[in-house]
Amino acid sequence: MSHPPSGIAQAPATVPDDRGYFGAFGGRFVPETLMSAVEELSQAYADARSDRAFWAELDGLLRDYAGRPTPLYFAQRLTSLCGGARIYLKREALAHTGAHKINNTLGQGLLARRMGKRRIVAETGAGQHGVASATTAALLGMDCVVYMGTEDMRRQAPNVDRMRLLGSEVRGVNAGSRTLKDAINEAIRDWVTNVRTTHYLLGSVLGPHPYPMMVRDFQAIIGREARSQVLEAEGHLPDCLIACVGGGSNAIGLFYAFLHDPVAMVGVEAGGRGIEAGEHAARFADETRGRVGVLHGTRSFLLQDDDGQVLATHSVSAGLDYPSVGPEHSFLREQGRVTYTFATDQEALQAFRLLCHREGIIPALESAHAVAEAVRRAPTMSSEQSLVVCLSGRGDKDLATVMSAGGGQQ
Amino acid sequence: MGAERIGEVFVSASSEGRAAPTPYRVVGYPTVDRSVELAQAALANGADMLELGVPFSDPLADGPVIQRATQVALEQGATVSRCLEAVSALRRRGIVAPLVLMGYFNPIVAYGIGAFCRDCSEAGVDGLIVPDLPPEEAGELERSCGPVGMAITYLLAPTSTDERARLVAARTKGFVYLVSVTGVTGTRDHLPARIAEFVERVRSLTSKPLAVGFGISSPGQAHQVAGLADGVIVGSAIVRLAGEPDGLERVGEFIAALRRSGVRT
Repeated sequence: MSHPPSGIAQAPATVPDDRGYFGAFGGRFVPETLMSAVEELSQAYADARSDRAFWAELDGLLRDYAGRPTPLYFAQRLTSLCGGARIYLKREALAHTGAHKINNTLGQGLLARRMGKRRIVAETGAGQHGVASATTAALLGMDCVVYMGTEDMRRQAPNVDRMRLLGSEVRGVNAGSRTLKDAINEAIRDWVTNVRTTHYLLGSVLGPHPYPMMVRDFQAIIGREARSQVLEAEGHLPDCLIACVGGGSNAIGLFYAFLHDPVAMVGVEAGGRGIEAGEHAARFADETRGRVGVLHGTRSFLLQDDDGQVLATHSVSAGLDYPSVGPEHSFLREQGRVTYTFATDQEALQAFRLLCHREGIIPALESAHAVAEAVRRAPTMSSEQSLVVCLSGRGDKDLATVMSAGGGQQ
Repeated sequence: MGAERIGEVFVSASSEGRAAPTPYRVVGYPTVDRSVELAQAALANGADMLELGVPFSDPLADGPVIQRATQVALEQGATVSRCLEAVSALRRRGIVAPLVLMGYFNPIVAYGIGAFCRDCSEAGVDGLIVPDLPPEEAGELERSCGPVGMAITYLLAPTSTDERARLVAARTKGFVYLVSVTGVTGTRDHLPARIAEFVERVRSLTSKPLAVGFGISSPGQAHQVAGLADGVIVGSAIVRLAGEPDGLERVGEFIAALRRSGVRT
């Protein structure tokens, strides 16, 4: 194998360690009431992880129920418009429920059943993880309660209806900025109260160990598929991978199978109304407000004020509107293995419209952040090069937001 | 040293045949100055020790009453520094009872762990309770607390295994904080049915004092707990009274009642 190009470090083979640390990030910062539960979950997941029958059942569901593998699509008209690298889209939006979230909910759902838990609680921002959780609960015959900030219920109303139709209870959360962070607080409070009967189906690579590792493992199928698909299409590895990063599960999912390959990787945070204004969810880009801290059970980069109070965030996309980020992303950034950038609300909306008009694909506003970066980056690359964008979800849920932001006009 | 001072509270209360009432107050609720007066009133009316809550934007182990008080306190500007000033003010007023800060970990990280422990010690803080910091993650904080003699008190919950109970009992300083319920803070009508079993289980594993908190909201409940444990921690019920216009009197009366009800019969 050839040496990797400069600037691409090799990631260590095994993270996290036994205590759930990715270098200096991760860990288990939870109330004592939950410690036995996370220890039990770690043990149950360790058992399942080495059980071929568990993976065989999951693979069967991912294929027959969720519709995997999802296609890797060469976006010819977008590529010719940008005039540079060949752009491929990993079409997670075509998985059942319209986003990558189903990969994780099916995995954790089977694990919850294995642990004898009959009730699931979940948080949701954009509603995609909530819908995937509600779907999994219906499939496996479990009770499901989804916590969602009331601001997010307003802007992602179609997903609230979907969750209720699927038989789940949606509980609105009025605290704080009434978005994803507040929904997680409330889901954790429910878990603390009902921990003996309830599994917390966390939707991203966040939270106490083992969640960041476990959710990564369940999402890693994105990159495993994409890697073999792009090798078949191009005959060699791509030059760059791009994914949006809220908590960061679709990004880790795409990146993980390529970590030891000479492939550049870019995570795209929500730039909101701009970094200087402070109205964003760019934990890495904002060097003043984004500092290492502890929230929701894990140590990672966190948008906070000088006194350690967590700051309100803003993004046009509810799924990226969160003040912290998965600890493995903080680690990969520190290692220099992944580069992080941001796209503003306006750039994401432009990319949304561009993909609609140019490719006939309506992306989730979250995924549109990754598309925005692809549109910036492709022209700087040669037509011999290729890049893979994770199109993590579909945008039906975002129509009201996009139309009120000026509709579908270019 | 903080741990010894805290431990002595339970020894002396026990020698008087009662459990030590330990009120919890959110610093900065309803205002910073008012919370200092309320703390003083609590001690004047028979509290043996005070738990002072340092506000955090995301109090995920707390129920609605303390969430709301925390929000008000943050709006009142109750930063970590202001909380330390409140402790200094209490010491200047001659308060000698142990004062323990209870707060989530992130504001401590942001302040700087070493600086936080040093400034706590200088202000007159005896110990810390950090509800989202289990002993496994507390190495750095323990290393900074040790040299300045500050105690870290850990919690146990009904869900804790015996293995965890042994770990927590070995590492905790001053006392073991027993979370009475599987749940968040907040007033409840009844004590959990299996509270006695839980306290006895931990008692069989450690000789350190045991204080029970979460969900205890009436003198009657405090009396029941006093029959089992060495200390009774009351939070939401007091925080709620503190927000009333005549909060000073009502908190004082309530603590006096807690003190009377803590006598073992």
